[in-house]
Amino acid sequence: MISAPDVVAFTREEELEDELYSEPPLPEEYSVPLFPFASHGANPWAKVANSKFTRDFILISEFSEQVGPQPLLTIPDDAKVSGTFDLNYFSLRIMSVDYQASFVGHPPGSAYPKLNFVEDSKVVLGDSKEGAFAYVHHLTLYDLEARGFVRPFCMAYISADEHKIMQQFQELSTEFSKASECLKTGNRKAFASELEKKLKDLDYTRTVLHNETEIQKKSNDKGYYTTQAIEKANELASVEKSIIEHQDLLKQIRSYPYRKAKESNFHPYEPECTLDQVDGGCDPELTTSDLSEPGEMQLYTHVPSYTPKLIKAKSAKCFDKKLKTLEELCDIYFFTQTLDQLHQIERTFRGDVCYLLTEQISRALLKQQSVTNFLFEDVSFLDEKPPEKQHRGCQGLSQDAVDKKCSEESPTPKVVINLGSYKSSVESVPIKMEQEIEDSQEPKLPDSITFEHQENLDYLDADLKGSISSGESIEVLGTEKSASGLTKSESQASLPISSSPQASRSKVGSRRTVSEDSIEVLSTCPSESLIPEDFKASYPSAINEEPYVDDEEGLRFTPKLNPDDTDEQDDISKQENLVQVDSACCIGKESPNFLEPLPELGQKPCDEDGVVRIPPQPYRQVEQGLRGSFGGFPSHDGISGGLLPYELDSRYLTGSREVSKSSLDECSDSTSYISSAASTCSDRTPSPAHHCQASERHKKKAGQNALRFIRQYPFAHPAIYSLLSGRTLIVLGEEEAMVKRLVTALSIFVPNCSLYAKPVKHWVTSPLHVVDFQKWKLIGLQRTVSPGGVNVLHALSRYSRYVSILDADSKTLRCPLYKGTLVSRLADHRTQIKRGSTYYMHVQSILTQLCSKAFLFTFCHHLHLPISEREPEESVVSRRMNFLKLQLGLANEDIKIVQYLAELLKLQYIQEPGQGVNPLLRFDYVPSFLYKI
Amino acid sequence: QKTSIQTIGEEQIQNPYTELLVLKGHQDIVRFLVQIDDCRFASAGDDGIVFLWNAQTGEKLLELHGHTQKITAIAPFSSSDASEEKKHLIVTASADRTVIVWDCSTGRQLQKVSCFHSTVKCLTVLQRLDVWLSGGSDLCVWNRKLDLLCKTSHLTDAGISALVELPKNCVATAVGKELIIFRLIASDDESEGWNVQEVKRLADHQDNILSLVSVNDSTFVTGSHVGELIVWDALDWTKQASECNFWDSAVHPDVQPEIKLSQTPNETSVQHLTSDEECVFAAVGKGIYVYNLQMKRVIACQRNAHESSVLHIEKLPNRQLISCSEDGSVRIWELREKQQLPAEPVPTGFFNMWGFGRANRQANQAAKKVQENTPMYFLELVGDLIGHSSAVQMFLYFGELGLATCSADHLIILWKDGERESRLRSLTLFQKLAQNGDLPQLKF
Repeated sequence: MISAPDVVAFTREEELEDELYSEPPLPEEYSVPLFPFASHGANPWAKVANSKFTRDFILISEFSEQVGPQPLLTIPDDAKVSGTFDLNYFSLRIMSVDYQASFVGHPPGSAYPKLNFVEDSKVVLGDSKEGAFAYVHHLTLYDLEARGFVRPFCMAYISADEHKIMQQFQELSTEFSKASECLKTGNRKAFASELEKKLKDLDYTRTVLHNETEIQKKSNDKGYYTTQAIEKANELASVEKSIIEHQDLLKQIRSYPYRKAKESNFHPYEPECTLDQVDGGCDPELTTSDLSEPGEMQLYTHVPSYTPKLIKAKSAKCFDKKLKTLEELCDIYFFTQTLDQLHQIERTFRGDVCYLLTEQISRALLKQQSVTNFLFEDVSFLDEKPPEKQHRGCQGLSQDAVDKKCSEESPTPKVVINLGSYKSSVESVPIKMEQEIEDSQEPKLPDSITFEHQENLDYLDADLKGSISSGESIEVLGTEKSASGLTKSESQASLPISSSPQASRSKVGSRRTVSEDSIEVLSTCPSESLIPEDFKASYPSAINEEPYVDDEEGLRFTPKLNPDDTDEQDDISKQENLVQVDSACCIGKESPNFLEPLPELGQKPCDEDGVVRIPPQPYRQVEQGLRGSFGGFPSHDGISGGLLPYELDSRYLTGSREVSKSSLDECSDSTSYISSAASTCSDRTPSPAHHCQASERHKKKAGQNALRFIRQYPFAHPAIYSLLSGRTLIVLGEEEAMVKRLVTALSIFVPNCSLYAKPVKHWVTSPLHVVDFQKWKLIGLQRTVSPGGVNVLHALSRYSRYVSILDADSKTLRCPLYKGTLVSRLADHRTQIKRGSTYYMHVQSILTQLCSKAFLFTFCHHLHLPISEREPEESVVSRRMNFLKLQLGLANEDIKIVQYLAELLKLQYIQEPGQGVNPLLRFDYVPSFLYKI
Repeated sequence: QKTSIQTIGEEQIQNPYTELLVLKGHQDIVRFLVQIDDCRFASAGDDGIVFLWNAQTGEKLLELHGHTQKITAIAPFSSSDASEEKKHLIVTASADRTVIVWDCSTGRQLQKVSCFHSTVKCLTVLQRLDVWLSGGSDLCVWNRKLDLLCKTSHLTDAGISALVELPKNCVATAVGKELIIFRLIASDDESEGWNVQEVKRLADHQDNILSLVSVNDSTFVTGSHVGELIVWDALDWTKQASECNFWDSAVHPDVQPEIKLSQTPNETSVQHLTSDEECVFAAVGKGIYVYNLQMKRVIACQRNAHESSVLHIEKLPNRQLISCSEDGSVRIWELREKQQLPAEPVPTGFFNMWGFGRANRQANQAAKKVQENTPMYFLELVGDLIGHSSAVQMFLYFGELGLATCSADHLIILWKDGERESRLRSLTLFQKLAQNGDLPQLKF
């Protein structure tokens, strides 16, 4: 509402084109320069010539060890979506930029295979030939039968609009991380249970082999071993070894969730408590005890139904066997959860990027108006954590039930605020060290763990040798890390910082021990910058070089060294910023993310202290930033100071197109740039609301109905006045559909009384009571001829002083007189506005103005309370009325509207957090009049 | 012929109540409201639960559970121990034949007595003597610790319906048609003991006495089911004045018979009486009557004040009168003086406005009567409160805090002055702003 995206609504092709062209010229305030090629039937949102798909979609691919990269599924699952787009080809592309180089298997110097808990990597790539841009999220899943126990997968959000990918990178990353975490949680469970089964098989095999050997020994009287016997003994030995290996793997997979939980923003996915024994992750004590015991005994108790099989010494070749499907890999529950999440992502990011950004901006602005925003806006979504930068580290899906359950079950303390990104390649695992001690005392599992430390170091060296392998026509346009710096101050704030130096030291130590997880250092993502400084020094890897310091003088920050824990994070963030610049330079200054950290360095994230988030219209500013001239950057405080930062909107609105143009120019030298793709919309589908598509549709529909209402009913003004002044309006009619339509239309004028419930009741058939008027401000009421209907009408006439009655059948309205001017602006029956959504925006903007008036009125001390103690009440009243009339320019009944809104604001503000607003009914003793058509 | 009931329309300038709060909690008819202190009141009714409410915020403070059947009487009771701070108690009697004393600050049951043979229908606290009385089939005297001090013999099965304190340690009880005066006599042997002794029986009423109210130290008034109002001397219990059937249109010889037929006893019963120093206000049938004690006659009336029986009536300090009725409405009246020249003929329409207008002849009768009585008063309707969907049983006037009404629709409604509430909210708002330390510097 604040940033009236009428421009989008107007130019979007969602309704009849004819209507659009036939309508009279727009009012001045809506005029935008016309698209130069509009006369040729083209519009700036036309489909890009070389994109072969009709709309954005999500692709899940796998790098199969049998057939190579292959697409698995798309969301939406519709062949039309991808069109002629070659999914196989694109899968190959996106899979070939997997930086993880996930090393698994037998590392040199180690007797046993090691699992790598590989972090996801997130890259953006573009394919000029296909006209496709993608956010690619790589992840690996464990599969006992797979080579190295891992199966690389990736999820990609594919769009023809490069800007969308770049500008929504953080949001995409956040959402895909959730999906990925869900998949991986399910996968760990499945893998653990698979391992358990395998262990049972092995144990059974061992027993069988052992018996056979014994029998052979007994029957053997020759005094020497037959080849057969030797073979059996070898086989037995290999089974024994295999058992130890698998036990070790099981221990590793089980130790994972706990390690993650240490990061405190990790919410392992726990659907059923019955399952969690398998996972064993949520309860560290249980995990420890599990691991310190020999595995088999309790395994049998867990899954007694499983009958072990004999394992042949030589298993089938891997090409013969059928690999597990993704569904099998991840446990059906988690798989469907992930799909839900992906569908949600698809819905969220559907549509034009301009629209998405506008939506985000208006949400950010709306959030600031914490006092008044509940009145006419649906603010329930503001409570959710917006999918913004500070949200990135979130693990698992944000499902309350799951979170709650986890917090109930897990004894580990959880910090509610997400602590930056879990992507940091460092993990603290103090518990693991304890395990080491315990385990080393355990005679049965001696080797695997004691060697671990050394092994880890070995891995790292080995891992670092992996490198980027990108196809020729694939350009990495942006990487995940570039905005990591944003989160640092928040994580500092919320991190329970331990002041003892000992603790910090042990942290560093433990990080090193688990550096097996920092596989990600291999990627070009600036994740390497997350490696502690001292650690980094030991790496001669080319990736860790810091080459970008000289040419970017403007970004040199004098390191502020604090001798406390935050130092490390500061360092990291600084490095990240450097890296950001680097990546930005490489990719044609396109990264949307590094815009924000630049002016924000050392500050809190803007949302926290109420500073307006800078709209992502950044290119020139970025240039400034890169040149080191920060002076030109608009001051955040200046923006937040105003009540209604309209200037921001206009700036943004005009900015968007220019931005894309300027970026074109600037980047034209970049060979990787696909010029034709600039500012295109990849789909024809209407842009959804960022949160709820249904509510968006509802808004549109309500707007349309409201338009129809104000055109159709000459007495629309007093009806709307009734709603705005808090007098319950009853829509009376026989036909439910018609009444509901009217109620929907009028509902956009109803001020909310509290944060959550909209005081609108669409259909009531029973007689009304005074309580109903207290609760509902707009009611659809059934008119019947039955005796019950008489009661309904009787109640209505009884309470007629509290209500206005709109009779939908006879087209009459009974309500107080309205002589103000405000509603006529709100609902002009000669309005030029044709579209529902546009009208909705119009209403919202006028209502916002109204809100600001009400705010001003409510919070002016002297309008309500005497200046001195002796001042009589009358003079306060006259001052109040003067203010309303002269300062706010309200006439007649408009005063009552503002007064009513002010009462709502007061009630909301003085409300104690625990209890809800006391529902009270305010009314006036004013005569009603009957209006007829 | 329809009786015309005065209506006021939607424009009510003098009606201050522009905000209402619905208090939900009761599961059945709410019959009693009693004030505990300046901002608290208790409600009780047929569900046997007593609720304590904050009269300002409408907040439910306490729920008192203890009775298993409907509550038949409730009386507030504040202990006046000099040592400790004032303790607010309430005594409730129920159809389950128990009486419970509650502590209003904690909601705890302090005492419970269940030795009654019949339902206690009325409770009276004699603060002066620090005892309280319960009236059922007999009259019992209790001290504060709920020890039975003395009791009368069994009086009647119907029981005592009303009880009022009189001077000289006497109480008047309404037992059916009879009025019995009892006197409390300090017993000789014990310091705290009292004996109760019947002093006099007065059988002047023709029908059951429904209401009994003490006007001042020398006068009390009773009203009966058939519309008799008797003014008694409180010291020697003699009849000072009586009005019998003066509001009954049947006394007029020329009244039309069909009206007489429609005249059910309920329409003449004296449902409730209240008084100030000068006048007794009687809720009789659907009407309200103002009886002046000095002039010994009715000075103003609204024969059809409500659509059905008036259940409760209260005089406000500002010459206003509030009545509530079975029709679910509450009406605010103002007693106004109207100087009328005796010689001037009274137009019929004038009476119509009063609600007298039945027939011309009747109006003329009334006119004659009125002409004799100068100065003239009349009751002007200044506002009505519509909110309850069923009979309004009782109300409680809280001064500027507003008005609480209770009803058979299980609800209590707090009626408030919207202007005042708005001002109070502003005050709270700025207090909260100052607390939060973000008082905006907006000055105009």
